[in-house]
Amino acid sequence: MLHDTKTVTTTPAVVLEGISKSFPGVRALSDVSLALYPGSVTALIGENGAGKSTLVKILTGIYQPDSGVIRVADTETTFPTALAAARAGVTAIHQETVLFDELSVAENIFLGHAPRNRFGLIDWKKLNADAEALLHRAGADFDPTIRLRDLGIAKKHLVAIARALSVDARVVIMDEPTAALSHKEIHELYALIERLKADGKAILFISHKFDEIFRIADRYTVFRDGTMVGEGLIAEVSQDDLVRMMVGRAVDSVYPKKDVKIGEPVLMVSGYRHPTEFEDINFELRRGEILGFYGLVGAGRSEFMQSLIGITRPSAGAIKLDGNVLVIRNPAEAIRAGIVYVPEERGRQGAIIGMPIFQNVTLPSLSHTSRSGFLKLANEFALAREYTSRLDLRAASLDQDVGTLSGGNQQKVVIAKWLATKPKVIILDEPTKGIDIGSKAAVHAFMSELAAQGLSVIMVSSEIPEIMGMSDRVIVMREGRIAGRFERSELTAEKLVRAAAGIETQLNGRAA
Amino acid sequence: MTHAQLSPRNIPDRLEGRGARLMKSWEALLIVVATVIFLGNSFASPYFLDPWNLSDATFNFTEKAMIAFAMALVIISGEIDLSVASIIALASTAMGYAVQFGFDTPALVAIGLGVGLVCGAVNGLLITGLGLPSIVVTIGTMSLFRGLSFIVLGDQAFTGYPESFAWFGQGYVWWVFSFEFALFVLLAVAYGVLLHKTNFGRAVYAIGNNQTAALFSGVRVGRVKFMLFLLTGLMAGLASICLTSRLGSTRPSIALGWELEVVTMVVLGGVNILGGSGTIPGVVLAALIMGMVTFGFGLLNVPGIVMSIFIGLLLISVIALPILWQRARRRLAH
Repeated sequence: MLHDTKTVTTTPAVVLEGISKSFPGVRALSDVSLALYPGSVTALIGENGAGKSTLVKILTGIYQPDSGVIRVADTETTFPTALAAARAGVTAIHQETVLFDELSVAENIFLGHAPRNRFGLIDWKKLNADAEALLHRAGADFDPTIRLRDLGIAKKHLVAIARALSVDARVVIMDEPTAALSHKEIHELYALIERLKADGKAILFISHKFDEIFRIADRYTVFRDGTMVGEGLIAEVSQDDLVRMMVGRAVDSVYPKKDVKIGEPVLMVSGYRHPTEFEDINFELRRGEILGFYGLVGAGRSEFMQSLIGITRPSAGAIKLDGNVLVIRNPAEAIRAGIVYVPEERGRQGAIIGMPIFQNVTLPSLSHTSRSGFLKLANEFALAREYTSRLDLRAASLDQDVGTLSGGNQQKVVIAKWLATKPKVIILDEPTKGIDIGSKAAVHAFMSELAAQGLSVIMVSSEIPEIMGMSDRVIVMREGRIAGRFERSELTAEKLVRAAAGIETQLNGRAA
Repeated sequence: MTHAQLSPRNIPDRLEGRGARLMKSWEALLIVVATVIFLGNSFASPYFLDPWNLSDATFNFTEKAMIAFAMALVIISGEIDLSVASIIALASTAMGYAVQFGFDTPALVAIGLGVGLVCGAVNGLLITGLGLPSIVVTIGTMSLFRGLSFIVLGDQAFTGYPESFAWFGQGYVWWVFSFEFALFVLLAVAYGVLLHKTNFGRAVYAIGNNQTAALFSGVRVGRVKFMLFLLTGLMAGLASICLTSRLGSTRPSIALGWELEVVTMVVLGGVNILGGSGTIPGVVLAALIMGMVTFGFGLLNVPGIVMSIFIGLLLISVIALPILWQRARRRLAH
């Protein structure tokens, strides 16, 4: 076990006490306290909108608390600016790392505190040498002079960590650092966190994934609706306890899979290929079926799905829907044919931030709600009301900007948008990425319900529990090809991981 | 995080009525500004309130406003068309050239509109077909279209337009209401309906707010944008007919610098220069305001160069004001 109880007795690196923060109309945090200990990982857990991000922003000097005290090494202090927080040794590594793509790795690490030579100019030699040393401490071995934008997200995280080391951070905040990482990269991150712990850093780890919380955290703090509802040692708590604290009730099941009678084939895909992204994709999808697509990030799943709806053009391949050959040149034709795709990147490809909820929902269905090209608002509101209520959306009004909703509720609007087109096939790409467990269960329940009503569902997911919990059948993709097909009855996490990583099963003699 | 925790079963359609929304809108502010300028002009000059003087004043904005309506849609979609004034010049040159060969009014109108459409199609193809940024393309065609007029005309001018052609810029539909003003009203209504009441208008907003998501949602992004550039081209052609008819001659410097006045009108009308929001009523109000200010300056004998300084300051302040307003509101809210 990784839990190290002896560190608990030391003085906290930073303490927040009785912090409250309100925004117009909302009390984001009320009277919360949090202590972070050197050499220890504290998991901050809570649904979206529970106040986690507000707390992080207070801790990094972006927001000022309305009341409450911040203590660093037993001295009371304030963080009036982000710079003040950084000087006090608090540094944050965000989900989307805030670094500069056009600068070199070394420049990013030392931005604002680069070593100077005697003329007051930047000492490039020392800069690059120091950067290399810091990268090494962060467990990275790439050249510090390359430009940041040439790195993947995992390596950008390492740069952010090297930056944290360069300012001699005492407190490192990691806000969903694994959200965009592959399996292997996640394990490298875990190793790095262990090294940071050994260095005596206090780490605040924010995550929606319970498996990683139990894997690396020593302590936990749970927020609900802006208040702290529980804290303690991870070793003394179960996953069910945490879920109950988060949602204030027991969640019956996160994976409410229904038994559905699988019908005739609806969609047949044969010989799909693309010059760079994928090749030789063949499968069929049946009525009422949930077909899981598992694979590592970058396995070509999203690219393939987007070619099905005409965003990217495949170089070869054919689709049959209900036995009829289809040619889809753009998303409008896919929608008309009854194939819809709920994209992975909710903010960029899914929701239209800046437009009201009802207009988001009706956008692909306008040809049905309008009359000869003229909008019929009454029809739009009716359609939006029907589908948002089926998804249990929480909003003040349908005219509200979709950007003011929490992530989980935005996702419900996006799914409602696609269902309102009454599709035959719905493709959900990472449908529960980054949303809280309550919304997650709601999305899964709804997916089951859809399949029961005879819709065919393709679910792209990188979360093994989700794939195993929801799929009737699973296709695993690796490097643009199908690397495995599994029926629900024969699914194991190990088989999925092996197929996705390309590890031959027969080599694994000892398991037999 | 600001979502209210209401029961999901009864999400209301709207929280605010139409009246409450209007009160807080940019358009309401424009109405106040327009009223103040109107009163100011009435006090400043005894000639302002004369119906014929007011009618004359409308010529200050009608031609620019025609283009501004189409430009509003282009800017809401996140693009811009800086070539409009050069399209006026090229269309006018083409009409003047045709006059030399004895073409009559209907043919001249067709040529003016046709040149506008072709120029719009060139812009549209370069932007949607090749995926080039509209600001670069239309700065290029701005030079190109006016350059063609210069090649044809040099320092000459085309005159000799047929008498019947004069009606577009000088004719009156009824009493003090000119053909141009009638056209302005008609186009205001048409563009208001197009932007606010049709699927096409909704697609324009969707593209301006999030082009990628609009594409994923089945909006034909390329086609819509191409249509928008066709429309600004057509409107520039129409404005060219009116302006040429009103002036009775074509010089290559015709409508020089109008693109900035048109953009100023659109932005003053509350259209976000970054795309995504704005209304046609706002642009109508902005046209009235700019027309009245120009006319007021004229009555007060303010020289043209001061007018151009004023336009520049106006453009900067209407872009800065909403941002400062937002910031002030945020500070008050905290």
